[in-house]
Amino acid sequence: MKSGMKQKILKSPTLYTLLSIALGFLLGAILLFLIGVNPAVAYGKLWNGIFGKPKFVVYSIVYAAPLIFTGLSVAFSFRTGVFNIGAEGQYIMGSLAALVVGLLVPLPAPFHAIVCLLSAALAGGLWGALAGLLKVKKGINEVLSYIMLNWIAFYFSNYVINQKAIHTEQGADASRNILKSASIRMPEFFSRLSGCTDIHWGIVLALLAALLIWFIMAKTSFGYQLRAVGYSRSAAEYAGIDSKKVFLLSMGISGMLAALGGAVQVLGMAERIAQFASQEGYGFQGITVALIGGTNPIGCIFSGLFYGAMKYGGNKLTVVNVPTEVVNIIMGTIIIFIAITPSVRTVLLRAVRGEGGK
Amino acid sequence: MGSNMDGKTVVIEMRGIVKRFGDFVANDHIDLTLHKGEVLAVLGENGAGKSTLMNVLYGMYRPTEGVIRIEGKEVEIDSPEKAIALGIGMVHQHFMLIPPFSVTENIVLGSEPRKGISVDLAGARKKILELSESYNLKVDPDAKIEDISVGMQQRVEILKVLYRGAKILILDEPTASLTPQEIDELMEIIRSLTAAGKSILLITHKLKEIKASSDHCMIIRRGKYIDTVKVSEHTEDELASLMVGRKVSLRAEKEERNPGETVLSVKELRARDYRGAEILKGLSLSIRGGEILGLAGIDGNGQSQLVEILTGLSKAESGEVRMGGENILNHTPRDTFLKGVSSIPEDRQKHGLVLDFTVAENLILQNFGQRPYSHRGILNKGAIRKHAAELIERFDIRPSGCEERPAGQLSGGNQQKVIIAREVTNDKELLIAFNPTRGLDVGAIEFVHSYLLGQRNKGRAILLVSFELEEIMGLSDRIAVIFDGRIAGEMPGKDADEYQLGLLMAGGKAE
Repeated sequence: MKSGMKQKILKSPTLYTLLSIALGFLLGAILLFLIGVNPAVAYGKLWNGIFGKPKFVVYSIVYAAPLIFTGLSVAFSFRTGVFNIGAEGQYIMGSLAALVVGLLVPLPAPFHAIVCLLSAALAGGLWGALAGLLKVKKGINEVLSYIMLNWIAFYFSNYVINQKAIHTEQGADASRNILKSASIRMPEFFSRLSGCTDIHWGIVLALLAALLIWFIMAKTSFGYQLRAVGYSRSAAEYAGIDSKKVFLLSMGISGMLAALGGAVQVLGMAERIAQFASQEGYGFQGITVALIGGTNPIGCIFSGLFYGAMKYGGNKLTVVNVPTEVVNIIMGTIIIFIAITPSVRTVLLRAVRGEGGK
Repeated sequence: MGSNMDGKTVVIEMRGIVKRFGDFVANDHIDLTLHKGEVLAVLGENGAGKSTLMNVLYGMYRPTEGVIRIEGKEVEIDSPEKAIALGIGMVHQHFMLIPPFSVTENIVLGSEPRKGISVDLAGARKKILELSESYNLKVDPDAKIEDISVGMQQRVEILKVLYRGAKILILDEPTASLTPQEIDELMEIIRSLTAAGKSILLITHKLKEIKASSDHCMIIRRGKYIDTVKVSEHTEDELASLMVGRKVSLRAEKEERNPGETVLSVKELRARDYRGAEILKGLSLSIRGGEILGLAGIDGNGQSQLVEILTGLSKAESGEVRMGGENILNHTPRDTFLKGVSSIPEDRQKHGLVLDFTVAENLILQNFGQRPYSHRGILNKGAIRKHAAELIERFDIRPSGCEERPAGQLSGGNQQKVIIAREVTNDKELLIAFNPTRGLDVGAIEFVHSYLLGQRNKGRAILLVSFELEEIMGLSDRIAVIFDGRIAGEMPGKDADEYQLGLLMAGGKAE
């Protein structure tokens, strides 16, 4: 009985996620100590940076919006057995489409933003489906085409921003700002209430997207096909499911989600796109979010919030002379521990079972 | 110790062997006694614990409890090397040979005789010829493994063990891939080995072979020792009943029926395998409603490709596949299904089931898009569950109430029941069953056979592809033999004769 209880707890994936997070912080503390920083001070600052004022909490949540989108993107395709390392490129295509439409296609206020979001989804969807097309038509491994498409998107974005119609005339190496009508910022009332001047509708859209993706996965016959192909392509094909169509659709939808992440960031927060010197990383951070969230859409909400908070709070570490990269190290360590979870779990379960056997 | 009622020397004595894996007891106080020069059959259903026991004897597992004595001396066998040193040799079900190496090279591999720094292959060759002479194990020591028959490969495996000085041979399911003629030859070999004083443990679930070869039969059921009986004193049915623990009937009851209209007709089918070699060379066959056509043949003669083409999974180069008059050659799997083809695939874990899906989800793998299971793209969980609960009850899928369990957690027999429940209730004009009882125990085999016959009696056409000749002969109304991508011959099921079939399967002509 007792060992049964223990086994049940030891089987729960949440336990291992929390354990991995704790270990990530522990290893981070050791590294901080090694570079001569008191971990308690650094973590204290981090904590304060996130929870010190209500305003900080709101900022953390605002930061989470694009991460939840890219996390959902990676988690969604993961369920069909596709590793979307191309979320970065899809994110860029989404932000670029939102920017161009937001800048050059004047429309009345709420519609303008909606059209921007739809164009972003279309651009990212096509970008993702392109890798899908190469996969199902030519048998090209999606990881390769994703990575190459990332760079193509990256340089394409820089090229577009340098066009005369787009580039700002105010010296900065960036685009002009989007038209006011395309903005998805919340009314001033909310920013005054929360103290966060950047508050926008992105997080609401992200939550809606997570619920929608969860619904598609769990409740629809389309989700059933996606999962069937993800678990066993051979059995799905044997049963007559068209796996090629499923791959194309899932990679397209995955691309849309990542692109929406880019769109809400441009329409709500940045309002323009700067010339990239290197990839921004929202797409890659989406992989982390998806993995911490157990590739579950609802899990992605929590892991996205967590990552958003770490990103926002991490910005303030420079105040105590701690490089913000510490946050990246902690996140990376968590992923390593999550990756080795299956073996840790086996060892622990075996130990408990051995105990029960005697 | 050292002798028994027959006055023969005891070579192996296992007493009270217990092997636990965590909470699971694979062997629960098993006793085994093997005498010099005898064949002891170890009989049990799949998962009864036969392999575990043999792995304990061969040093792959350490027993949790129990004693092993070899020729009266208590021993600890902690590795296969130790087992070999004690004179125990194991011939595995799946051969462990290197195809491009010669017979001699394969036999000496791992214990090469040396002459200076080089391998003394000439000396080894001579020793192998002597061994093969004295035990009637005909092999060509210079032939490459890839060029010789499965029967000869098995003789190489036996020689490999004898070459290492084995006095006790463990034969694990040795007849799994042999033709009837080759099985007879193996029985001869077993007799000449025992005549020369070797002792043999025969692991099998084929009762006919036990009757033909063994002196005693030790029976294990669910990890527990049941009995050791003298084979000559029991019928096959009695042995089967001891194995499963209840009365079973080995013969499927079959009533005569007049087949109806032609359901499937295949003409001049040609196809290549993935390497581009021609694997189907103009195969033609037809099946009528209410008829079981058994397709006999040795693995690798084109059966897999034929079934893949009939189910739409792979494409043929030319030919015709007609279902009710319409040519469905090279249609998609979905289309093929809609045109009336259902199938029980060869590899149930790869093609038959999505192992991570629940049983309920697996039961609607083709019909998930239809009412009542979904409506306007939304799944109806209630209807899916209800459907599953009904089929679990009707087909006795265990554990009962397993609707929401992943299919991968069920036993092999119950996984097969899930597939059969699904395909039988799809109720298509044609049902293709590819090795439908492979790896199943007697109880589950009985179940599968009765459902195949049930579908036939409902007027469905059934193509039974099986490597088990006994299964083909027991169920088929008509038997066709496939050899080298063609139908080598056909005969009515009731006149079928094992030897005629065996000749055709081996590429000969029926007399």
